[in-house]
Amino acid sequence: MSAQNKTASNRRRFLKESGRSLGIVMCLALGLGVNSRQGRALPARALRPPGALPEDDFNAACIRCGLCVRDCPFDILHLATPEQHIPTGTPYFIAREKGCEMCEDIPCIPACPTNALNHDLTNIDDARMGLAVLVDQEACIAFQGLRCEVCFNICPVRGEAITLEYIHNQRSDKHAMFIPIVHSDSCTGCGKCEQACILDETAIRVLPMALAKGLLGKHYRLGWEQKQQAGGSMVTPDTEHKYNLPEGMRYDYDGVGLIDERPAAAPEEATSVPGLDVLNQKGKP
Amino acid sequence: MVKKLKQNPARFPGAEAIENKGWIKAHRWLLLRRLSQLSILALFLAGPLFGLWIVKGNIASSLTFDILPLSDPYILLQSLAAGFVPTATAFIGAAIVLAAYFFLGGRIYCSWVCPMNIVTDTAGWLRRKLGISGGLGLSLSKQTRYWLLASTLILAAITGTLVWEAVNPVTLLYRGILYGMGLGWLLILAVFLFDLLISKNGWCGHLCPMGAFYSLPALISPVRISAVKREQCNDCMDCFAVCPEKQVIYTPLRGADQGISPVISSPNCTNCGRCIDVCNESVFQFGLQQPFKSKSLSPKKEVTHEST
Repeated sequence: MSAQNKTASNRRRFLKESGRSLGIVMCLALGLGVNSRQGRALPARALRPPGALPEDDFNAACIRCGLCVRDCPFDILHLATPEQHIPTGTPYFIAREKGCEMCEDIPCIPACPTNALNHDLTNIDDARMGLAVLVDQEACIAFQGLRCEVCFNICPVRGEAITLEYIHNQRSDKHAMFIPIVHSDSCTGCGKCEQACILDETAIRVLPMALAKGLLGKHYRLGWEQKQQAGGSMVTPDTEHKYNLPEGMRYDYDGVGLIDERPAAAPEEATSVPGLDVLNQKGKP
Repeated sequence: MVKKLKQNPARFPGAEAIENKGWIKAHRWLLLRRLSQLSILALFLAGPLFGLWIVKGNIASSLTFDILPLSDPYILLQSLAAGFVPTATAFIGAAIVLAAYFFLGGRIYCSWVCPMNIVTDTAGWLRRKLGISGGLGLSLSKQTRYWLLASTLILAAITGTLVWEAVNPVTLLYRGILYGMGLGWLLILAVFLFDLLISKNGWCGHLCPMGAFYSLPALISPVRISAVKREQCNDCMDCFAVCPEKQVIYTPLRGADQGISPVISSPNCTNCGRCIDVCNESVFQFGLQQPFKSKSLSPKKEVTHEST
């Protein structure tokens, strides 16, 4: 075989081998790519540890080492296994099983070697692992007028993240219903309420922020807020409504109603009924 | 029995060595490697099992004695490719690991640390014992792993997530043992069956991008195996039968006439030492080579020169 032929056959073999391995790699890569797209949305029940970056950033930052799991004193965190719909190896917890205990020193955060759990978070009350939502008012026994308030009482940010609103119980017509209301500005998403809910299937659930929060259209303006910001009405003020009332009468818009300011009629002008003066006499039987 | 073994050296490589040196000596490096792999795993397991927290975390990133951070540089690279810059801790940890592998030979990770090595070695052993050869005719190029390495990084950049870590059997196995395996066993089983039935040394020798990554620091690693007594070689082929990267042995072992260095300088030699074990003639030895020095004696250059 001449040297030229050998080089040519070498080249042919090289191209064939490269082509084959490239093909195999492309097949694998495509499969992986699709798989990564599917795994992108976190299931609603899986919550990230405190300080976790937004989901997309988190999946780039977390190197799946489990150091946060190890430093959680309450064994709340787990690493996802391949069959779960959570990116494999990333940490999560299920609130219904065990909610975050909200340690003051947040040991899971400094354990993270990459900052996937943001080291800037030092106050656990600022954590936003999710948001509690009372998803089923039909099942929640507070809406039946029964006393429960377990979620309210167990809440680590008690009286702020969940408050009770008293509503008249129309069924009994004499009691109040103690309705739990969640406030997103204080709820850390620790999941204690979901864990403690006394129902077989919890009525209050901590959902990931993206699922829990609505968002008003950006073009919306609330008139009363605009008015306050501007320090006055933004449109031509309404002219005051005037009733066509007899002289000496006014109308109060704040609830008093019709006001009669006409001078009282002179008593001598009143028609006299025989015997009325006697009946009106005071101090006599 | 020994006679029978000798009749079929491909199925029983090292039979002569066992006979002469004794079983323990003929498995010395293999036993040491298993000891190394299992000790590292035991250090990690001591915490969750016995509350003995020497090492925390897993093979992707760990903390020893609450002070020494170690991170896998390949996983960190994926994270960087995905567009995230981690904190200094991760970089320091990766730098320490990388420095160690620059010295010891990058793919020493594969044979002395990686848990999958036990799985694929078992598959390889069983394949030899059962006399399975060829498989389904899928002859993979050894270069495939470098393509795969590149595509794991490109995929991380495109998707913004550590795509490979979702399926990486190496980290999956370690993580699984320490934190719960789930159905991860199936993937490990798949790799085992792939190596057993479809492709000889298919995973570690052809596909694993982690091994491909760790072969890079090995380009200049001083700790190497050398065929120092190659003139004693009696062509029994036992080293070729057991070596998971047998292409690395050929030129250093047979290149005496062309003045090729006996040092196995290929970055894909995993420094497993199995060739030392099975060689009855004690041809191979661990040794130090001066980085870059072997370049002048690059086997490839010599061979090319010969062929033209």
